[in-house]
Amino acid sequence: MPKSGSTSKITRRTALAGLSAGAALLAMPRIGRAADETVRIGFPTPLTGPFAAEARDQVKCAELAVKLVNDKGGIGGRKVELLVRDDKLNAGEAATRTLELIEKDKVHAVVGALSSAVQLAVNEVTRARGVIYVSISQSDTINEAKDFSKYTFHEALNPHMTTAAVARQTLKKGMKVAHLVADYAYGHEMLRGFKRAQATIGADTVGEILHPFGAADYSTFMPRLMSLRPDVLCISNFGRDQANAIKQAVDFGVKQQMKIVVPVILHNQRLAVGPDVFEGVVGGSNYFWGLETQSKSAASFNTAFKAANGGAIPTDYGAYGYSGVGSLLAAMQAAGGTETDKVVDALEKLQYDITKGPQHYRKCDHQSVQSVLVLESKKKSAMANDNDLFAILANDAGSDELLRSCSELGHAT
Amino acid sequence: MDLSLIIMQLLSGIALGAVLVITALGLTIVFGMLGVVNFAHGALFMIGAYAGLYLASLTGSFWWGLLLAPVLIGAIGMLIEFVLIRRLYGRSIDDPLLLTFGLSYILVEGVRIVFGSDGIPFPTPPQLVGVLDLGIGFFPRYRLFVIALVAVVLLVLWLTLEKTRVGLIVRAGARDPTIMQVLGVDIGRVWLAIFGLGVGLAALGGVLAGPMRSVNPEMGSLVLAEAFVVTVIGGLGSIVGAVVAGLMVGISISLVALFAPEMATIVMFGLMAVVLLIRPEGLFGVKGRTA
Repeated sequence: MPKSGSTSKITRRTALAGLSAGAALLAMPRIGRAADETVRIGFPTPLTGPFAAEARDQVKCAELAVKLVNDKGGIGGRKVELLVRDDKLNAGEAATRTLELIEKDKVHAVVGALSSAVQLAVNEVTRARGVIYVSISQSDTINEAKDFSKYTFHEALNPHMTTAAVARQTLKKGMKVAHLVADYAYGHEMLRGFKRAQATIGADTVGEILHPFGAADYSTFMPRLMSLRPDVLCISNFGRDQANAIKQAVDFGVKQQMKIVVPVILHNQRLAVGPDVFEGVVGGSNYFWGLETQSKSAASFNTAFKAANGGAIPTDYGAYGYSGVGSLLAAMQAAGGTETDKVVDALEKLQYDITKGPQHYRKCDHQSVQSVLVLESKKKSAMANDNDLFAILANDAGSDELLRSCSELGHAT
Repeated sequence: MDLSLIIMQLLSGIALGAVLVITALGLTIVFGMLGVVNFAHGALFMIGAYAGLYLASLTGSFWWGLLLAPVLIGAIGMLIEFVLIRRLYGRSIDDPLLLTFGLSYILVEGVRIVFGSDGIPFPTPPQLVGVLDLGIGFFPRYRLFVIALVAVVLLVLWLTLEKTRVGLIVRAGARDPTIMQVLGVDIGRVWLAIFGLGVGLAALGGVLAGPMRSVNPEMGSLVLAEAFVVTVIGGLGSIVGAVVAGLMVGISISLVALFAPEMATIVMFGLMAVVLLIRPEGLFGVKGRTA
């Protein structure tokens, strides 16, 4: 459409102007900031577009993390301020907004981004300017040596961790597995993870179908998937693609023949298509509020969130906003301020437990080592209340074992 | 690759094509008779799905939603024609295009404000849940119902246009509105009804698609693109063209999905490009009225 074309042109021009201004600023010596100045955290997230619901949850949770620190007197007496920006799920927009946050608003660090392309764009800008960036996108390309910098941190789970945990829970030796995969980075990363896990377990792939990103109809893939007669169908896609693909698979009677498994089971998509469709679907997750019976941190996170949001519960993506900002602020507290190098050091040494159990950032690639939940969507009649969506099948404790090794990612060991 | 798989695949293609036909039909009728390119068609499809869902939950039955939503949204379509589109007749084709383009933004944003930007579940009517054993494989009952319903709607539409007095006036109005006025026909009322019909068909497409997809404010944007592709292939303004092209696109997507799944979306644009190269006016289009 003509409209989007002209918008992106303006964005590109603004970005160029910003880039040159940025270069000029870098040449100047940094001016020391007053000690009583506020601590500013930039937070780009897709407030408009298909992931708006997830983005809003992220903002609510990030604001909660900031509020809790401010209630206790801030960072060394300095108040913390969260600067939320709409990245519109567009890499160019995200780069421009991040540049503004750094050059104009003088943020001390950036947390955020949801999609893999946006995460890469934000990381480009922050690493060129030496600003800390804590990513909460589920893709982990920025942890690989070519895109990594010492300022890059990754709080979210990565494809390798979730698929390994889900596969361990659902696959057995000799099982036949079919894959329905979204044809872009996210889907490919998940497929790679599943196949790796299958190789260890000894489960065979009987078919792989790549579908176009954002497809509304999956019916044309179903007869073929059924004819492959697999024991398990892994659907590796995100957002509404997940909801539509599962819904249509169920319409075709796929569940009577095989188990449906997803790398990441999404709270909001389960709400969007209802309990009957998702019943019995198994997937990985970073957080589910029901963890409160097993974890004190989850219980206190839920309580704080409910108090601040009129009794609502925090979602999976919301929890990323909380732990991303929370871990950064904890490191700033330990570093006694916002000086970038000291905060990086503090983040590397940080042991934190704010939503679900112990977490820490691995030294080589700054990936947060953390537990992975494996959830199963509940039958409608088994739900105790409207929020009782999932049963927790497993809570795999975080360990380096779940991650790709440092050398595999291209880091010197 | 056995024959039963290919037949199943054809059947999913026809089901897919059926929804395309209904949506493209509304677009092509409005263009053919009124010369208006309705960019809000996708948004009205989405509004139709929401209205169907709302009316179904209000009355407790999917069938009321299916019946009332197209009527209600068709009436809203008539209001849009009466208040907005009417002023732009006789002006350049860009004016109603821009107007409806803006309208689509307002509609999508309005739904976001009222129903939220998350999707809402649209349950399949209980009578049509599950699959039917066709002997060669299982096929969802609901999709078979969609194929049958679309066939009935097409038949009724064809009979009305070809065999009734109203149909005669409509067809004549599309040929030469001035003569019609001279003959004492209130052409304004015909246009009002045609626009309402076009919008009603969009809404019907939305209600039918609801139980097959998740219902969300953005569900119309992809549908609009697909409907345009179908109308261009079939020939702008041609009803037969919309039906043939809709089924052709559905079946091509489905068969390509069997052999090269990642190409499934691109195939319809490929088909459009080929048709435009060979017959710029579309398969059943009138010469001189090119896309």
